[in-house]
Amino acid sequence: MRADLEIIREWIRPNTRVIDLGCGEGELLRHLINEKNVRGYGIENDHTNITACIEKGVNVIEKDIDQGLASLRDNSFDTVVMTQALQVMHRPDLIVDEMLRIGKECIVTFPNFGHWRARGYLALRGQMPVSKFLSYSWYDTPNIHFCTFKDFESLCVQKNIHILNRTVVDNEHQHRWWTNLWPNMLGEIAIYRITR
Amino acid sequence: MPTTFAADSVGLVTPQAIEFTQPLALACGRTLDQYTLMVETYGELNADASNAILICHALSGHHHVAGYYEGDTKPGWWDSAIGPGKPIDTNRFFVVGLNNLGGCHGSSGPNQIDPKTGKPYGPDFPLMTVKDWVESQARLADYLGIQQWAAVIGGSLGGMQALQWSITYPDRLRHCMVIAAAPKLSAQNIAFNEVARQAISKDPQFHDGRYYDVGEVPKTGLMLARMVGHITYLSDDGMREKFGREMKEGKLRFDFNPQFEVESYLQYQGERFSTAFDANTYLLMTKALDYYDPASEFNDDLSLALQQATAKFMLIAFTTDWRFSPERSREILDALVDAGKDVSYAEVDSPQGHDAFLIPIPRYMEIFRAYMERIAADIPPSTQEKGNAS
Repeated sequence: MRADLEIIREWIRPNTRVIDLGCGEGELLRHLINEKNVRGYGIENDHTNITACIEKGVNVIEKDIDQGLASLRDNSFDTVVMTQALQVMHRPDLIVDEMLRIGKECIVTFPNFGHWRARGYLALRGQMPVSKFLSYSWYDTPNIHFCTFKDFESLCVQKNIHILNRTVVDNEHQHRWWTNLWPNMLGEIAIYRITR
Repeated sequence: MPTTFAADSVGLVTPQAIEFTQPLALACGRTLDQYTLMVETYGELNADASNAILICHALSGHHHVAGYYEGDTKPGWWDSAIGPGKPIDTNRFFVVGLNNLGGCHGSSGPNQIDPKTGKPYGPDFPLMTVKDWVESQARLADYLGIQQWAAVIGGSLGGMQALQWSITYPDRLRHCMVIAAAPKLSAQNIAFNEVARQAISKDPQFHDGRYYDVGEVPKTGLMLARMVGHITYLSDDGMREKFGREMKEGKLRFDFNPQFEVESYLQYQGERFSTAFDANTYLLMTKALDYYDPASEFNDDLSLALQQATAKFMLIAFTTDWRFSPERSREILDALVDAGKDVSYAEVDSPQGHDAFLIPIPRYMEIFRAYMERIAADIPPSTQEKGNAS
């Protein structure tokens, strides 16, 4: 299992209701269902991923998250998860609002554009960074709203969102002790647990 | 009929008529003292009867779901999905199709003989509801020795029956597959049905539904009803793709005979239907559609209606279906999510409109297959196998 998903898994309590926005092949939910008796749904719009979820026995709902989550009731989930999808949303700020509306707690992970490698790439080459973890060119990337840890945290301040936990991992999703020394420079992927 | 059958065909099939003598109390207040259900099955029921799948039919459907009859050129209506190695794999599942009560293909219905009078029931056949059908299907399950269906599956009106099963008999199905359906008809849906019914009942050959007695058939009415229906089953894009404004003779003729391809197509479909279907059944089936509303007994709260359901659900909708649009399937989805039920939902891109649920669209079949795998995985290990293992 991907290391960031390992971390998230630890943050989710047993016997709770979880919704995973952009659930991919349903790996996280499958583990949560098997090991923590979690009940939940994945939301996904990639056809291959949807079939994979069905095969795994994970409840999956075909939906474009950008169209909003209006059909889901306030506080109807214990945890709302969104891994590596915030940066592909048209309005990440509105999605975060929606997540905090339908869930008591939310877990968000996203790539950090303030990482030294991204900064170095742009500074030295004068081109949009392309790397293993930002593997698209500017014209074909699904990532339309890159942010840094600082950006995300100032959004949280602005919206009065409480950050319960923050963990920083590298592009292998490994947690290294030194990344926390200067997370906005050294961390490649951020994992936040937030609440109202 | 093909002389040899494809390896994934259930091949030559025969229906059977099953008689029921335990009276069936209906929602309309009347009772059917005895009735017949015309049934067709494929595959083998396993020792503990845990691999059975019920296929519920749509408006003009019947028991002949897959395979061929002697002399047939076309197979059953869902042959693309049912057979050895097909999504509903008859090597694994025992599949049951039936003609609903009130139908016109052998089950008790307006065109069948009323044992009390020795004449066709005609308009005296009671109006049926989706709930009544589920009740009759539960009796069929009892007859076949099936305590719990591995799945109840249906499209359109068939999807409504599957949904109702999950509410009326939560313990008697493990999975519920609702395809291209809605939790209740919209005013627009009812309006189309009313046009169809008016076309039939205003036909001079309808004779208040007693046309059997005079040896006539309200052919024109039935044809018009089907034409209206058919338009709503297709999509604008699908029709444009299929017919465009193509003309049979390539030029305007300045008369009222069919000139556009789409006109001839509708007339052909309508005419074919009017000789094969019973007008009273069409009236009855459209009324059952209009009446369906499982939330009505639960304070108009669908989520409350589905509260007691224990089945796992798979919902599928089609993008260009405007008869039962994806929004309508999402009403069921939202109610199920609200009620905390296990549910998956997929929206298949297709130009075919409502009819898409009968067409083997690759992604549709892929989802179907994947979900059927899940249904197969949920078949409890057979008691016989357990016995052998111990």
